[in-house]
Amino acid sequence: MKIFLILLSAMLVNNYVFMRFLGICPFLGVSKKMDTAIGMGFAATFVLVMSSIISWFIDQLLISLGLEFLRTIAFILVIASFVQFVELFLKKNNPNLYESLGIFLPLITTNCIILGVAIINSMSHYNLLETIFNALGAGLGFLLALVIFSAIRERLELYDLPKPFEGLPIALLIASLLSLAFMGFQGMIKL
Amino acid sequence: MPSKSWKEFSKGFVVENPTFVQALGMCPTLATTTSAKNGFGMGLAATAVLVMSNIVISLLRKTVPEKIRIPIFITIIASFVTIVDLLMHAFVYDLWKTLGLFIPLIVVNCIIMGRAEAFASKNNVWYSLLDGLGMGLGFTASLTLLGAIRELLGSGTLFDITIWGKAFNVFIMILPPGAYLTLGLLAALFAFIGMKRKERGNNK
Repeated sequence: MKIFLILLSAMLVNNYVFMRFLGICPFLGVSKKMDTAIGMGFAATFVLVMSSIISWFIDQLLISLGLEFLRTIAFILVIASFVQFVELFLKKNNPNLYESLGIFLPLITTNCIILGVAIINSMSHYNLLETIFNALGAGLGFLLALVIFSAIRERLELYDLPKPFEGLPIALLIASLLSLAFMGFQGMIKL
Repeated sequence: MPSKSWKEFSKGFVVENPTFVQALGMCPTLATTTSAKNGFGMGLAATAVLVMSNIVISLLRKTVPEKIRIPIFITIIASFVTIVDLLMHAFVYDLWKTLGLFIPLIVVNCIIMGRAEAFASKNNVWYSLLDGLGMGLGFTASLTLLGAIRELLGSGTLFDITIWGKAFNVFIMILPPGAYLTLGLLAALFAFIGMKRKERGNNK
């Protein structure tokens, strides 16, 4: 039951994009078209779950050695090399998938949601199963946010906006309204 | 006198402001600006990392092989972030606690990687130092401004000094939607100023 709550909380109540401000750069950057948004969302979810599992084992190792202060360096290196590895693997074994996800992978390394979730997992002392579900929830929440946001932005192309609001400013204002909507989930789950 | 040194230093404030013009480093910008003090602290922490990593990367720019430069840069940045994290834990514990997660996340702040890649790996130590300092202080100024607006409207205080009573507070401003709203309106203002400047330039 707790696992289910963690999943739901990461996805909706504490949505990582709207409530915790993680992964904003790709959220604003690749949300102009629905297709790319979906691609980015799935790629990020996959990397999130895998890198969280790896970082969990690294974290256990660091704790047993008493080297917790090396967490940031260890995590970012693991994530960067994992992303590189996935990219090479896909390129060789599944060119189709590489074509559709490939361009997003290098971007994911510098996506703070990946490192952020790994650090949150470590700070909240989650066990392996909870780690997986928290990462999955974060990924799905990110996907959800991207899809909603890109759908709105696609329609926005048709409207005539005041010149200074074009591009980033209006995107931020929409994000503000969506974030307000997501606040409606607040208090639904207490962990 | 507008020398090259002054140009590299001052461009981070308005012309190439990392927050409002380049839209870099959005995550800490939105998350940590619940008050002017928090924004200021976050900005200074990022500035410290930026200046030090710019110096080291600039010193190493001729020895680092082209192909593996990104992992090397990340390692250098991550080391400095760890140092800043430990220093803040030791000396400004309250601020460290409020900023929490966002101190280790300075590693993936695109401003720092961006300056390393675009500037420090191509220029000498002196200019890289000035560039890091200028960009960092520009980032700090933006964060402090955002934090000040949100703190004033949301809790009626400025740097913890009470300005008006609780009755005038718009609580939403210090919650996540307020962050997006304030940043969006400020970005629109900067775009407006930029447009007016261009118009004036064309008329001359």
